[in-house]
Amino acid sequence: MDALHIAINGVALDLKKVDARTTLLDLLRDRLHLTGSKKGCDHGQCGACTVLANGRRINACLSLALAHEGDVITTIEGLAQGDTLHPMQAAFVEHDGFQCGYCTPGQICSAIGMLEEARRGQPSHVGSDGGHVELDDAEIRERMSGNLCRCGAYVNIVAAIRDVARRTSAS
Amino acid sequence: MNPFAYERASDAVRAVAAVAADPGAMFLGGGTNLVDHMRLGVAAPERLVDVTRLPFDRVEETPEGGVRIGANVRNSDLAEHPLIRTRYPMLSQALLSGASGQLRNMATTAGNLLQRTRCVYFQNVGTPCNKRRPGSGCSAIGGYTRYHAILGASEHCIAVHPSDMAVAMVALDAMVMVLGPSGERQIPLIDFHRLPGDAPERDTVLQHGELITAVMLPALPLAAHSLYRKVRDRRSFAFALVSVAAALQVRDGTIQDVRIAFGGVAHKPWRATRAEETLRGYPATPEQFARAADAELGSAQPQPGNAFKVKMLRNTLIAMLRDLAGVAG
Repeated sequence: MDALHIAINGVALDLKKVDARTTLLDLLRDRLHLTGSKKGCDHGQCGACTVLANGRRINACLSLALAHEGDVITTIEGLAQGDTLHPMQAAFVEHDGFQCGYCTPGQICSAIGMLEEARRGQPSHVGSDGGHVELDDAEIRERMSGNLCRCGAYVNIVAAIRDVARRTSAS
Repeated sequence: MNPFAYERASDAVRAVAAVAADPGAMFLGGGTNLVDHMRLGVAAPERLVDVTRLPFDRVEETPEGGVRIGANVRNSDLAEHPLIRTRYPMLSQALLSGASGQLRNMATTAGNLLQRTRCVYFQNVGTPCNKRRPGSGCSAIGGYTRYHAILGASEHCIAVHPSDMAVAMVALDAMVMVLGPSGERQIPLIDFHRLPGDAPERDTVLQHGELITAVMLPALPLAAHSLYRKVRDRRSFAFALVSVAAALQVRDGTIQDVRIAFGGVAHKPWRATRAEETLRGYPATPEQFARAADAELGSAQPQPGNAFKVKMLRNTLIAMLRDLAGVAG
């Protein structure tokens, strides 16, 4: 079996001859030339490869491409509407939520997935067990611990995510 | 990564038959550990049978008042499930203290039980390791042992089981439901993982080709009052130095019932039966909690690099029992 039907950023693809060893990350970068998703550690420890699979954030480096038959994948390249940035992208620009930028695509995809988890009421290690999640800085840091930034831009990353979380919950 | 064949299972019986008949085959779950091991050279299956599309994806109440957790339920979904949060809060807490948001979205219940040790020597194919290559020796003994066992280890292996989820499940008297070539069987989780002995290459009692289909939690009212506490070098996204899952029921100052399990300290999730026996029927006092901790930890045999774990675990257990009992420190 080497065929793969997968939707990437709204485009349905019918791929042939996908080597079983290919991870989702390598498929995106090397075959589809979507190089926004980054290979940092390649062990699921840094989060630079984070993409959304059926709306859920995952580490693309630990996921075999063939395991994503029929899935809907969103990468950093699929977030903007034309020239209009996704609110999370705009917030990272506004708050200067990066320095070198290598971890940024993963941070942004992870933050979008994280906000959806919080909206659904998913509890966290630092939070109360109640249904409503108030995303204070401690919550954001805990929920984003799967994304490392070796430039140490965390203060501004948290500020960007907090900004989007507050605007989203206010609307 | 070595070449391998990939197939997607649509039928559990056929998937089990396929793997059972092929010594080079393995089941694939969320892949968070196995794919990494294939890249590192720790595992080199010739064939992967992806079982994540099998319909073991539900969390359901059983007629007996327990909960049945499908093998493919993702860690994040299990942690946020209302039945788990209200009836077994220690399990939800254990899951949320493990890994990262992304990994919890990928990792399955069965895969979490079957994940392998994070011993650095096991994961480094350049160093001897009896678990990875039987008979080659243990590099951890006399080496870096901060994350290694203090209970139940052997001269062949001092690795620990890394799961948080399994620690809570062992405290909850969980049962593992298994489908094999000759049918179904049930294995109490407490007997599922092995101590290393002279065969540390075998983590569990599962036979090749046996597939976990579900984990059953019994009705356990005292578990509604339970906690999971994890002590680690980093506040988030780190494995446990020590962890404790505990449930406690006290009436009129006397301990009616208790469940305790330890993580990060043994080759398997460690059910603290001696501590439990030292508490059941006794007064809920800090002195008794200390006696219980000492009863369990009396047999601890730490390494030079992890002797701190004995006191760390003792203090963690006592503090948790105080919190659960509402006894002032």
